[in-house]
Amino acid sequence: MSKVIVVTSGKGGVGKTTSSAAIGAGLAMRGHKTAVIDFDVGLRNLDMIMGCERRVVFDFINVIQGDAKLKQALIKDRRLENLYVLPTSQTRDKDALTKEGVKKVLDELREEFDYIVCDSPAGIERGAHLAMYYADEAVVVTNPEVSSVRDSDRVLGLLNSKTALAEKGDGSAVKAQLLLTRFDQTRSANGDMMSVEDVLEILAIPLLGIIPESTSVLKASNEGTPVSLDEKSPAGKAYIDAVGRLVGEQIEMRVNPGDQRRGFFQRLLGRTA
Amino acid sequence: MFGFSFRQRKPSSAQTAKERLQILLAHERSSGGTSPDFLPLLQRDILEVVRRHMEIDGDAVDIKLERSDDLSSLEINIELPNASPVKARPAS
Repeated sequence: MSKVIVVTSGKGGVGKTTSSAAIGAGLAMRGHKTAVIDFDVGLRNLDMIMGCERRVVFDFINVIQGDAKLKQALIKDRRLENLYVLPTSQTRDKDALTKEGVKKVLDELREEFDYIVCDSPAGIERGAHLAMYYADEAVVVTNPEVSSVRDSDRVLGLLNSKTALAEKGDGSAVKAQLLLTRFDQTRSANGDMMSVEDVLEILAIPLLGIIPESTSVLKASNEGTPVSLDEKSPAGKAYIDAVGRLVGEQIEMRVNPGDQRRGFFQRLLGRTA
Repeated sequence: MFGFSFRQRKPSSAQTAKERLQILLAHERSSGGTSPDFLPLLQRDILEVVRRHMEIDGDAVDIKLERSDDLSSLEINIELPNASPVKARPAS
């Protein structure tokens, strides 16, 4: 049975697109046929993060409006057999997204794919609403920082009320899990950053994973490679673990120490700073 | 670690990022932000022309675009019917 997973956060810049790409690639690496859809109409970026920006011909909006077939708009990843990207339009605005159009595309994708990852835009308006509307599950991307946690709480409220599952009124709900990104264990241990437990206590949802602050994330985005393909990096490992949990495996929660390439002196300085 | 003379053989990821952006933005700016919006129309026109001569399915046309800094290529595949695996492959 196919699953639609929305990657959302409310706040911008917390790592939704990075996480969508990494989770999509992680699912494909496990052999699941996966499509990642960009819902950020007018500010297309998933294509850049996944490194297929030069191959965009048709987009999500073309498919919704009947100007192109779905299989024409899906871009097959060159590294992973089971991974596809559905880019959005860079030129239209979010009003081009309609509930019926999104449903039609998702229904068609469900027939062929195991997982459909919806990369939500920031905010809580039309694009973000439609990205979550038909979701079965949600990955709420949060930084250990006050505005991000607050916005995530708001998004959790919307997941519980403004989605197709919630509107059924039979007690169904979108299964939401927390992905804590840009986590810095040292700063947290020093009391300069909220701890994992702090954030979990406030948001009260299950924890999907902890992604450490890592230079490999920027490097991956520079190169257009999902960070989970960098299996040696702390962030890559953390995403791979999170994907394992997403598909239902029991994987021990490791708080990854982040970059291990830091020199002894840098670490020493990092501790005392 | 020290200096950049060691690293110049392989482009750094920052260099890769800059080049990718330059290529992409050159295309987006030159088309006034309306990049490949003509493609659905192009596809419609191609279908129409081909249909004057033979019966083909709406699914039969596949358009691929590949952009790079010095050249972009547009690949148009038209699957012809009658179960014969004939493919027209004009590329420009």
